[in-house]
Amino acid sequence: MLLEIKNLHAGIGGKEILKGLNLKVNKGEVHAIMGPNGSGKSTLSKVVAGHPSYEVISGEVLYEGKNLLELDPDERAREGVFLAFQYPVEVPGVTNSEFLRLAYNEKAKHNGDEDLDPLEFNDYLKEKAKIVEMSSDFFKRSVNEGFSGGEKKRNEILQMAVLAPKLAILDETDSGLDIDALRVVAEGVNKLRSSENGIILVTHYQRLLNYIQPDFVHVLAGGKVVKEGGKELALELEEKGYDWVKTATN
Amino acid sequence: MNSAALKTRYSGDFAKSLETAAQPEWLKELRTRAFSYFEGNGFPTPENEEWKYTNVSSFAGDEWSLAADSKQEFSTFVHEESKDKVLVFLNGKFSQELSRYEGLGEAVVLGFGDALAEEKYSDILRTRLGTLIETETNGFTALNTAFIEDGAFIFLHNNPNIDSPVQLLFMTDDGRVAFPRIMIVAEAFSEATFIESYSRASESRYLTNAVIEVSLADEAKIKHFRVQRESHNAFHIGATGAEVEKGSVYDSTNINLGAKVSRHEIAVRFNAEGGEVFVDGLYMLGEDQHHDTHSLIDHRVPNCVSHQSYKGIVDGKAHAVFNGKIFVRENASGTDGYQSNKNLLLSNDARVDTKPQLEIFNDDVKCAHGATVGQLEDEELFYLLSRGIRESLARNLLTYGFAEEVINKIDVESVKAKLDEAVLNRLNAQFLSK
Repeated sequence: MLLEIKNLHAGIGGKEILKGLNLKVNKGEVHAIMGPNGSGKSTLSKVVAGHPSYEVISGEVLYEGKNLLELDPDERAREGVFLAFQYPVEVPGVTNSEFLRLAYNEKAKHNGDEDLDPLEFNDYLKEKAKIVEMSSDFFKRSVNEGFSGGEKKRNEILQMAVLAPKLAILDETDSGLDIDALRVVAEGVNKLRSSENGIILVTHYQRLLNYIQPDFVHVLAGGKVVKEGGKELALELEEKGYDWVKTATN
Repeated sequence: MNSAALKTRYSGDFAKSLETAAQPEWLKELRTRAFSYFEGNGFPTPENEEWKYTNVSSFAGDEWSLAADSKQEFSTFVHEESKDKVLVFLNGKFSQELSRYEGLGEAVVLGFGDALAEEKYSDILRTRLGTLIETETNGFTALNTAFIEDGAFIFLHNNPNIDSPVQLLFMTDDGRVAFPRIMIVAEAFSEATFIESYSRASESRYLTNAVIEVSLADEAKIKHFRVQRESHNAFHIGATGAEVEKGSVYDSTNINLGAKVSRHEIAVRFNAEGGEVFVDGLYMLGEDQHHDTHSLIDHRVPNCVSHQSYKGIVDGKAHAVFNGKIFVRENASGTDGYQSNKNLLLSNDARVDTKPQLEIFNDDVKCAHGATVGQLEDEELFYLLSRGIRESLARNLLTYGFAEEVINKIDVESVKAKLDEAVLNRLNAQFLSK
């Protein structure tokens, strides 16, 4: 099993947001986590990636059978966990290609692989950029600085392509995208989907799932999973609205 | 140090210098007035509000000896882009022999002695010297003025269109005090870039007290990169004064990395409508360094634009002071003034005192200012960590990026490359192989 979350209680600033969440993800699977605002979707993403502001109160998060919670966020990343941010951060003064090469080499070192020098890495990056139809102009620009919303999200998927994670969590990757950008991003994710990785799509809307077909859909409300099913659940949810699951739980 | 002792310290040198100088009467009068101000007031003390955080008593009154000829090896500090137009100042004296003029085109560059010998240039100097940096600003500017002798006069006319930067290179020997003085006059429509660089060959102890005045006529465009990388045992007091006329643009970037104690005052004034000014800077301090920037942007006339962005990175037990003032006079409607000062504290013992000020006497203006002092943003740090980058490297990358926002403005490749290297060295992080 790639990821197993057992009865997770977690929150931020003394406020409990996840209240007994369970989730299992295997390699080769795409899971959609849906839910209304405030249901705990983003908290789940941050806790798995190891954001220091979030506290785990109780429960377990096992990654390949090991306790993920005792690893620092950078260690988790080198072990193959990746979070595509809802609001990617701008890093002025550091070019995209420098940034990605540093991250790539940190991971390569961790895995006992060869470092890539700037020239080798540039070739590698060019290949990966095709996945999200990004031109090499973006390599020389500072990380996310002056990028449009769509470009930032594409850049997140480019990072995913470069780092080839085993577990990728895409936090509201569809938010703020127009239909063309959404298509590019979704196709990128589809190309990266494989039997070797697991993907968690965190989303408010069903729209993204028209492009990336999930194997499982989990609906969150009040900090736990209240409904689970196949991809048809997302359509049902779209039709009936989140009030439907809220009533279902009560 | 009482003023009587100070008076004796410099009065012999002053009397001798004044007596031997072949200078017009107006200049001797200016110098005499300056010295008498110094005798009466001495160096500024922390009781003076403008000097509250910068105490000069540890060095100002030392027995520095006045300029003598120097054997400094300066060639490694000449920037590639400027090698045929570099003006060399050793111990504060402009050296015509060591300077290179071939690339200066139509620009006139003269030592003060030669400039004063020509009536046209002497008139220009008489009407401007000491008007952009007031002689009586403080004891340092007064003393610099009192010792005006071997300065340089740069005159840009007939649109010289110098296509690459002119470098002004300063070095000072151990135990010396240097009083470099420069007057740049840019006539209408002229354009040029200046690199004003203070360098060191070794970690010697000296005092630089520099004053540069820059006068821009209509539509002139001057870029001015000031890079202070003095010895870490040295002291640096510098002043830059500029005036802009109709449609002229003065774009200045001030980098402060060196010296044990340094201060830079920059005063810019708008004389006619439609001027634009950039006053940006970076100070990066560690150990027990102290730096103080005081800026004053004087909107005297309507419809001018000023931008100020200063960033500071303060580590160790270092102390940074920023005091920036935008002054909008009563008739200066349509003023657009912006000022920001952002500081990054890298240690618990580092300290920043920042005071952005707006003084506005007109309702029809657009002005904004702000200052921040803090650590790296948690969200930024987490973003880098989540990509597998180690915390120490992530912190260095973000700090580097913070500095780069200012350094990237410098469009002279070799200056930028040297500064990149300096910042990376300071961070002890050769993580970027370029």
